[in-house]
Amino acid sequence: MTENPDMTPQVRIDEVWKSFDGGRIEVLKGVSLNVAQGEIVALCGTSGCGKSTLLNVISGLENVDRGTVRVAGREVAEEATRLNLLRHHIGYVFQFHHLMPDLTLAENCLVPLVATGGKRAAGLARLHDLAVATGIDHRLGQRVRELSGGERQRGALVRALINDPELLLCDEPTGALDEQNRERVFAILLDWARSRGRTLVLATHDPELAARCDRTVRMRDGRIEGNEGLEF
Amino acid sequence: MIFTNLRRHRVRTAIGATGIALGVATMLSVVGLLGGAVKMFERILRSDSQMVVFEKNVSDLFFSNVPEDVAAELQAQPFVKVAQPVLFTIIAAADRPVVTCFGIRASDSRLTKGSWLHGRAEDFRDDGEGVVLGERAAEFLHASAGGRIELGQVSYPVAGVLRMENGFENGGVFMPLRTCQKAFHKPGVCSVITVALAAGQDSAAVKSWIAQHHPRLIALENDEFSRSYTQFKIMKTTAWVVGGCAFLLGGLSVTNTMILSVFGRIKELAIARVCGFSRGQVARMIFGESLLVSAIGTVAGWGLSCAGLYLLRAVPQFQGYIEPRIGWQEVAGAMALAAITALAGAFYPAWYAANLNPAEALRFE
Repeated sequence: MTENPDMTPQVRIDEVWKSFDGGRIEVLKGVSLNVAQGEIVALCGTSGCGKSTLLNVISGLENVDRGTVRVAGREVAEEATRLNLLRHHIGYVFQFHHLMPDLTLAENCLVPLVATGGKRAAGLARLHDLAVATGIDHRLGQRVRELSGGERQRGALVRALINDPELLLCDEPTGALDEQNRERVFAILLDWARSRGRTLVLATHDPELAARCDRTVRMRDGRIEGNEGLEF
Repeated sequence: MIFTNLRRHRVRTAIGATGIALGVATMLSVVGLLGGAVKMFERILRSDSQMVVFEKNVSDLFFSNVPEDVAAELQAQPFVKVAQPVLFTIIAAADRPVVTCFGIRASDSRLTKGSWLHGRAEDFRDDGEGVVLGERAAEFLHASAGGRIELGQVSYPVAGVLRMENGFENGGVFMPLRTCQKAFHKPGVCSVITVALAAGQDSAAVKSWIAQHHPRLIALENDEFSRSYTQFKIMKTTAWVVGGCAFLLGGLSVTNTMILSVFGRIKELAIARVCGFSRGQVARMIFGESLLVSAIGTVAGWGLSCAGLYLLRAVPQFQGYIEPRIGWQEVAGAMALAAITALAGAFYPAWYAANLNPAEALRFE
């Protein structure tokens, strides 16, 4: 484990506890973690160890029972801050694409712009760039049901990146893909983060993918078991 | 997003809009029909007059007793052009337990406004017993000019048949006032006196004169009468209540549609929240969809009611009796009710959608 004091903290998690079912099921048990600006971190661990919940508390989708979560120096507990972060600072990719089946791929990708009231022309230009980068530019006019699994997931990735987030959270983004698409999507993610100096936190089962990140954080039973790689 | 969401779920949208459309159509039809009936009755009273004099505090004009002499007194006033007494009654005929009977004078303008199909206006005499039938009345009473007709166990000669624009009048019997008073044991009494003002005269003069000389009676301008007459109020209120009930059913349809809409896309709503939609934006989206469904339903219902009433008017048996009147007030009222219904119907779905926990919604498959 190595510290890099020059890096700015993008995510700071201090002693976070999170339980469900009225406290009966404890999922996060005093988790502390810092992620630096531009760092690529893999959260690893078995199913149920708390990886997805940790991503959810970082994004503010889940409230914590105890502890604090800060993103870009701002505490996510407050609704307005959380909303602002989700609109302008955080992108989120899930294991399943969750695209709206009756919309075209382009319409799906532009949904975050509706939330922010962003300019459509600028959004379309950005959509085009991202679509070219992810290789789905020729499929933008297609309805989701007409796309392959890999194309759908790349569409979900474009949707997450349309507002140019500083921090991208990915929950098993390649978990539902075949070998070829898994490699392609992961390569896009790494390339996006490294080329732009953006922060990427992804939960994965795959040790091979985790090894290609800057750092691997191992979780077990709601706790962080160990860090491998660079740490702030 | 609102348009897109409705477009994506066309069947659901159509079902919701149909509920509202049926509510709007029912309301406008009922309000239009009853409103038309009220207008027809108003026109019976007006008949070239601006005012009506009747007994104070009567619930129904059939119960109003006005001395016929008052008409002559009014006629003698300089501010009155014409004062006509009219006696409204209901009489039974063979196979027809209810026939509207108008006791009028031969000088009543009704007799000159209608078109005579048989007989002449001169055949209707104040001192005679001959009755004039509306065209529809002649049909259902199987009577014709020159024949006789049994009304309330008394046989009367038929002096003529008149085609009237007004359905009530076209289905009624015009009887000389004196004969009518005799038949109904109301000598020297009429139900109302219609008053046409002399040129340049104000209704206040008639009101004041009536208040001073006949305090048991009241004189109202026709519009005042329409607003204050209890029967009209009851009819109008009934129309709006029946229409409102139809809207409640339509509202349930919208609620059901919006609940289905929300529950059917919980994950989509969760993703919208993840993409930065605020609770307010989600709620506004649901309310917006509901309002749009309602707007579509209102337009469809308006068209449906117009088409239905048009067809109804075309039925020969109803001709003259149905004179629907759907004005901007009725349409505005229906639109307002549709909007309220849409908002009320979307309240719970919007609240549910806005308070959805996105993480939880996405967790469940």
